[in-house]
Amino acid sequence: MGQVLAVLDLQRVYEVKRSVFSVKKDIIHALSGVSLDLDQGKTIGIVGESGSGKSTLARCILLLERPDGGTISFMGKDLLGLPKGELKSLRKKMQIIFQDPYSSLNPRKKVFDTIAEPLLFHEIVDRKGVKGKVMEILKNVGLDEGFVNKYPHEMSGGQRQRVAIGRSLTTDPALIIADEPVSSLDVSIQSQIVNLFLDIKDRTDIAMLFVSHDLNVVRFVSDEIMVMYKGRVVETGTKDEVFLNPLHPYTKMLINAAKGEFSRREEDAAFDESKGCAYYPRCEQRKAHCRDSIPRLTGSKEHKIACFPESGGKSAHSS
Amino acid sequence: MQLLDVTDLNTSFFIDGKVIHAVDRVSFSVSKGEIFGLVGESGCGKTMTALSVMRLVQPPGRIVKGQVVFEGRDLLRLSDREMEGVRGDRIGMIFQEPMSALNPVFRVGEQVSEAIIIHKKVGKKEAKGATMELLRQVGFEDPEKRYAQYPHQLSGGQRQRILIGIAISCGPSLVIADEPTTALDVATESQIINLLQGLVDNSAMSMIFITHNLNIMRKFGQRIGIMYAGRMLEQSSVDVFFKEPLHPYSKGLLSSIYGLMGNQKRLTAIPGFVPRLAELPRGCTFHPRCPYVMPVCREEEPVMKEIGKGQWVRCWLY
Repeated sequence: MGQVLAVLDLQRVYEVKRSVFSVKKDIIHALSGVSLDLDQGKTIGIVGESGSGKSTLARCILLLERPDGGTISFMGKDLLGLPKGELKSLRKKMQIIFQDPYSSLNPRKKVFDTIAEPLLFHEIVDRKGVKGKVMEILKNVGLDEGFVNKYPHEMSGGQRQRVAIGRSLTTDPALIIADEPVSSLDVSIQSQIVNLFLDIKDRTDIAMLFVSHDLNVVRFVSDEIMVMYKGRVVETGTKDEVFLNPLHPYTKMLINAAKGEFSRREEDAAFDESKGCAYYPRCEQRKAHCRDSIPRLTGSKEHKIACFPESGGKSAHSS
Repeated sequence: MQLLDVTDLNTSFFIDGKVIHAVDRVSFSVSKGEIFGLVGESGCGKTMTALSVMRLVQPPGRIVKGQVVFEGRDLLRLSDREMEGVRGDRIGMIFQEPMSALNPVFRVGEQVSEAIIIHKKVGKKEAKGATMELLRQVGFEDPEKRYAQYPHQLSGGQRQRILIGIAISCGPSLVIADEPTTALDVATESQIINLLQGLVDNSAMSMIFITHNLNIMRKFGQRIGIMYAGRMLEQSSVDVFFKEPLHPYSKGLLSSIYGLMGNQKRLTAIPGFVPRLAELPRGCTFHPRCPYVMPVCREEEPVMKEIGKGQWVRCWLY
């Protein structure tokens, strides 16, 4: 299967003023050395809490933000070195689905126009064929014909998210990035939308990056899992490896929390993240040396972690 | 005796000549030292139930009927003055969004001691001492430093600790926590849950814990109530509920979240969507989405029935 996306050593730094009047700036590493490879038809689930850099990663891949270092190759082309004209034609091959379908849909447009617009703009169908194509897309996302004349405010959250997903499918994308696509929905609706993503996976060759803080959801749609913490990848591997055999203390904590078993460790006082493992203040298995050096991501293709072996991280089939 | 006994509570909104029943014939009780989980999706009436207990429903909403017996007195019959003495003193409340519940221009310590000064009628100095003790109780190791900080200097979890401090500052016998961890990360969430559990364990305090996240209730709390479209659909002890949910809606909710432990390929989804309160279906409010629907469900709404072992359910199957 062909590779759709290859990200290598991505860096993104934000400078934040300490206060409104301050000259001094704090440097925040939103992404430090993040790499991933995504093949056609595969889905990588990106897990992490707020501030872990998962949304920054999504935005950098879409070039909504320019990374400060690293390379992004999409469908064999180097995105960061591409002239503008070529970038535009590649852009329609990547789509994003946002968390809140209410703010990502135009409130003044009926469902029909929302979906027809990209079809006509990218000249995927002509005016005559557009109606049939819109109906086909709506059917694919589980909405019947009655929806074409509705406005966003006339629909429920789940229905709106179906429209947003439908719109992302219009341009026949090679990559869909879904940023917390079910987080704002009710529990009983979440599973419907997760099943819709499964249908799309079955039916098409679209590669997906599925960003979520909810492990339950990610597990269902992903082939591989990437766990991020404070801008770094701390564990990555196939779905079964990461879920059935989690190695990083952070991943273990997340999986336990998803089962309703909560950790007892409280975060400690100040700690210099530029020197040691960023998870040190919360880690249940930390050792003294975790404070002074940053563990690198190592292991096999199926399973890698960034944790010192002596710290309970064990080795991930260290080869 | 129960600490709180809510019977047949009805809260409605009167908008444009229409009546919307946000809380419809809800009954439940909370005993001493118990954590009662009130679970449901958005718009199911769980927050409105809590606000009704506190008598904080704003127009066009109004408590239409019912009884809220707390420590032997019906709160709905108290004068506004008497109710002010209960609120914040005997019943504390924790809200979902800690940033908007705190005043940004006052030091957090002052906001904690304010409640103590008002309700306990003590001086500033005495209140400050009590505040330090409270800050320690909610997990701050450096109360002096925290006392002087402003809300924006604290993280989401720390702000929530401050709010918990305010809620328990007067030693209430009941705390109502409305989605206190929803805006927080998983790890912070677990710390807050641990803190709340510890506070309940170490005092005779009871708690109504409102959440949309069934998973939290698995290891937390004694009793659980499931709400849907303004009604209570099921009530039982936490142990029984997770082993043997009765209502088809509860079963659907549980199988939607059991994903992590299961091996199935697809999630079992509840079809359809949550009905709007203004356009409720006839009969049982859940019948359009129910896999076990029978003719009677379309015609007539079932009543809450006791099945035994403290299990209550509103469904024609039982």
